[in-house]
Amino acid sequence: MRPDPVAAPRIAPSVLDLIGSTPLVELRRLSPKPSVRLYAKLEGQNPTGSIKDRVAKAMIDAAEASGELEPGRRLLEPTSGNTGIALALVARLRGYPLTCVLPANVTEERRRLLRLYGAEIVESPAEEGSNGAVRLALELAAHDPSFYMPFQYGNEANPRAHYEGTGAEIATALDRVDVLVAGLGTGGTLMGAGARLRESFPDLVVAAAEPMPGDEVMGLRSLADGYVPPILDVAKLDRKLLVTNAESAAGVRLLLEREGIFGGVSSGGVVHAALRLAAELDEGAIVCILADGGWKYLSAGFWEADDVEREMGRSVWW
Amino acid sequence: MTRVRIPPMLRAEVGGAREVEAQGETVGEVIEDLVERYPALRAQLYRDGDLGEFVNVYLGGEDVRTLEGLDTPVRDGSTLILLPAMAGGSPGVGRYEA
Repeated sequence: MRPDPVAAPRIAPSVLDLIGSTPLVELRRLSPKPSVRLYAKLEGQNPTGSIKDRVAKAMIDAAEASGELEPGRRLLEPTSGNTGIALALVARLRGYPLTCVLPANVTEERRRLLRLYGAEIVESPAEEGSNGAVRLALELAAHDPSFYMPFQYGNEANPRAHYEGTGAEIATALDRVDVLVAGLGTGGTLMGAGARLRESFPDLVVAAAEPMPGDEVMGLRSLADGYVPPILDVAKLDRKLLVTNAESAAGVRLLLEREGIFGGVSSGGVVHAALRLAAELDEGAIVCILADGGWKYLSAGFWEADDVEREMGRSVWW
Repeated sequence: MTRVRIPPMLRAEVGGAREVEAQGETVGEVIEDLVERYPALRAQLYRDGDLGEFVNVYLGGEDVRTLEGLDTPVRDGSTLILLPAMAGGSPGVGRYEA
């Protein structure tokens, strides 16, 4: 049989037009039983390598549409991770300078990546952790009206990107979804994709995989210093599963060994949670959101470590 | 008895222990027994008679808010984990965080 002629490739006018429409792949070798089908949405295939490209583009689009963001203004965000890199890409192509506020103890690898994408870096005190970066960013924004801060934790464009994008893409691709599993960070993926998929599959179970923080990263003085992102409504989660660093690392390896997919740490956690939920089902379809690839974690100290929990315990990984 | 894991910011209230024991047939009873043994914990854990917004309690690795809350039954020998609510994907809580 002759193969079909190759279709003409679609030419994107900009790399921003390549955000979303990520591949969905079945994980047949990982599924514990043929009647439970596991699928993975490969968000690492977005242009900067993570699901945050969707969020960054949606937040900038929304701010431009509302008139809050216009030429001459500058972007400011407290982030050292995937959101910073994604914002740096969108900001550069749209012509806005970006300043990322990040704690002084972030790896050189992250710093370099942000600078290469064109972001300016302002450091906050290492010992104040995430709260310190948020505090400093808020101060900078208050003193300089040229700054616009998207603030992914409280920006409704974040879950909306997943309602209109991630969730809609899955609903179009599959006839059945019983469980959606995603990592819990800002809550944007779980809220947005969960709401969209529940419209198509009313009995959907929305399950969060949540990282168990090591003692060293819980730098809070009391529980009152805790934080629940404004866009996260825990009542809309059906399951909320704690995943240890060691379980996430094992999930990363399992995903790579069985399916040839190199996911990031949160993807390993999502796979671990998905397998726990799969064991509870007789039949069904589970969709895992794999937020990024493993490449940005290669310099981390746990790949060869005998004691993964100790090596990883000094960081929160998603 | 149920083992209760204590996060670093609450250890001063339990004499520095990482883990203590408490008893009860539901999550609510275990926590009530805990605060009777360590009264300084009460103000940290409760707000208006319910668990505080920033207090997460896990049984069998699952947040009790997505189980039956304080009414969730507890089997003898299980472990409760107390943790502060922390934003994942937070800037700078770790060295390599996404």
